[in-house]
Amino acid sequence: MVKKKIKQKKVEGKKLKIGWFSFSCCEDSTIVFTELLNDHFEEWSKVVDFQYIRVLRGKNKLEGLDVAFVEGAIASDREKKKLFEIRKNCKKLVAIGSCACTGGPSAQRNIFPKELEKEIEFLLRKFHHSDKVHKLEDLVRVDAKVPGCPMNEEKFLEVLGKMLVEFGVNR
Amino acid sequence: MTVKKVDISIQNISKIEGHADLDVKVRDGRVQSVNLKFTDNKRFFTQAIRGQSVETLPQAVSRICGTCSIAHTMCCIEAIERALNVPVSEQARALKKLTMYGMMIRDHALHIYLFALPDVFEKDSVLDFTGEETQYLKDSFDVKRAGNKLTTIVAGRAVHAPYPVPGGFSVIPDIKELRALIPELKLAREKVMKILGVYARCDRKYERETKFVALGGEEFNFLGDYILTSSGDEIKEENYFEHLDKVVIPYSQAVGYEFGDDTYMLGALARLNLNKTNLHAQTRRDCAKYLKLFPSNNIFLNNLAQGIEIVHAIDHSIEIISNLKLKPEEPPKLEYKDCQGIGVIEAPRGILFYRIALNKDGAVKDGTIITPTQQNQINMELDIKKIVQAEIERGTSKEVIQYELEKLVRSYDPCISCAVHFLRVNWI
Repeated sequence: MVKKKIKQKKVEGKKLKIGWFSFSCCEDSTIVFTELLNDHFEEWSKVVDFQYIRVLRGKNKLEGLDVAFVEGAIASDREKKKLFEIRKNCKKLVAIGSCACTGGPSAQRNIFPKELEKEIEFLLRKFHHSDKVHKLEDLVRVDAKVPGCPMNEEKFLEVLGKMLVEFGVNR
Repeated sequence: MTVKKVDISIQNISKIEGHADLDVKVRDGRVQSVNLKFTDNKRFFTQAIRGQSVETLPQAVSRICGTCSIAHTMCCIEAIERALNVPVSEQARALKKLTMYGMMIRDHALHIYLFALPDVFEKDSVLDFTGEETQYLKDSFDVKRAGNKLTTIVAGRAVHAPYPVPGGFSVIPDIKELRALIPELKLAREKVMKILGVYARCDRKYERETKFVALGGEEFNFLGDYILTSSGDEIKEENYFEHLDKVVIPYSQAVGYEFGDDTYMLGALARLNLNKTNLHAQTRRDCAKYLKLFPSNNIFLNNLAQGIEIVHAIDHSIEIISNLKLKPEEPPKLEYKDCQGIGVIEAPRGILFYRIALNKDGAVKDGTIITPTQQNQINMELDIKKIVQAEIERGTSKEVIQYELEKLVRSYDPCISCAVHFLRVNWI
């Protein structure tokens, strides 16, 4: 579901500047993404600029992203700060996978019974975790979602296709 | 001239699975401290699985890690099978091996092509490859795809595989579909043989005496029969935990482990150092010149070892598929009881340990999960310390040392998602 459309004219040679980010999760959607490269890399390399993708490169640039794909839930202030920074630097933000879209399973501690809450309390304090784990739209505007654990591949391809059209990238 | 004071701080090491920071402090020309911090936030699986049904457990623990999800599922299943005395048929055993092989092919290929290869070509990323280098990126897709398809056909999906259950598989694959995959596996094999040459010609070397630990058995199938160490020990799987000493690492979200009084290393290098004679005969023949390099203390040979393991996984898969006759087979019904079971398998990065205690209603009373990356954590820090000390004495610049350290960490192929999410941590 793409909420607000940015209408741009198609420009020859233009690439969609994307970022791929992972927060608290098992990074299963990152693995699915690296598997999608098997069949789509040739096509994407012509129309997508992988500007920020820590799993594939060391030197990444956050500023000026068209689309940020964000996987994982937000479980600490450090992550919250980074998410705000991403939101500030991208035109569209897409929640990727179950933890980003719904919080779970990373948010399983939100519903722990009292005795388990007590058991993990010192760890939350020691490692500066937040009291609760949040899905992305609890904290920032989310423009589109790709649910699934791991993310649904077809839905991802559909959302990416829509973003290419919206940003005026010729395929 | 030896540099007296250096602070190295690497935030968010790239091209690894998960998040890790590294801080190194050098004072008066000596390395004072090395802090490798696994910074992925905890998701408290150890607590969350308590009370969960044994029927849903293998799928729940799969979510500990995206890249080695199958290892978690299979190790958890092994623990349940032992706890509840679940019989495992020959057919189920063959399908388990194929599941493990598919994971190894895909996971190792991700690492040796996409994560570690840019270091060999001195590039930042596979995305920066030019000329002949780009062929290796294309090859990676063929190899990963073959592994992905193998697990998808046998286990239902390459990530969070739904078919494996205690005692067997809930869906039996179509043998025709499996046989049709053989040409693709053979193509992947050709591609991997080329990358072995690249890693073998690479003159990267870093050695430090350490103990190697891996699963042994007559067949090199990552499911194993017993544990071998480079000190000559042979340990029963159920006794493995007794040999491990937990080490609290206050700055990391994962605890580390020592093996008795020794630090130790797990993974492909350990497996080839201790068990290369049990590789598939075809692999031993075609990789003979590379296998001569093992046993070795050179951590950078871990990447070559991973490549050889892909060849082995392909060779054994083709043999299994060629001889396999599949029949419909229902997984056995689980008979609940108050019990405990231990699972020990080789995940891509080394030995994965599960101990699951169940109650008479089939719910989890308690669980302990020890992952390979947390077991490698202390060894990695000692390697980092030695490399920094040597480079400082050689007068190497801070920037070059930093890059060397990233390469060293990547050669281990650490998986931080795994490392931080299972441990029972007692900090007090």
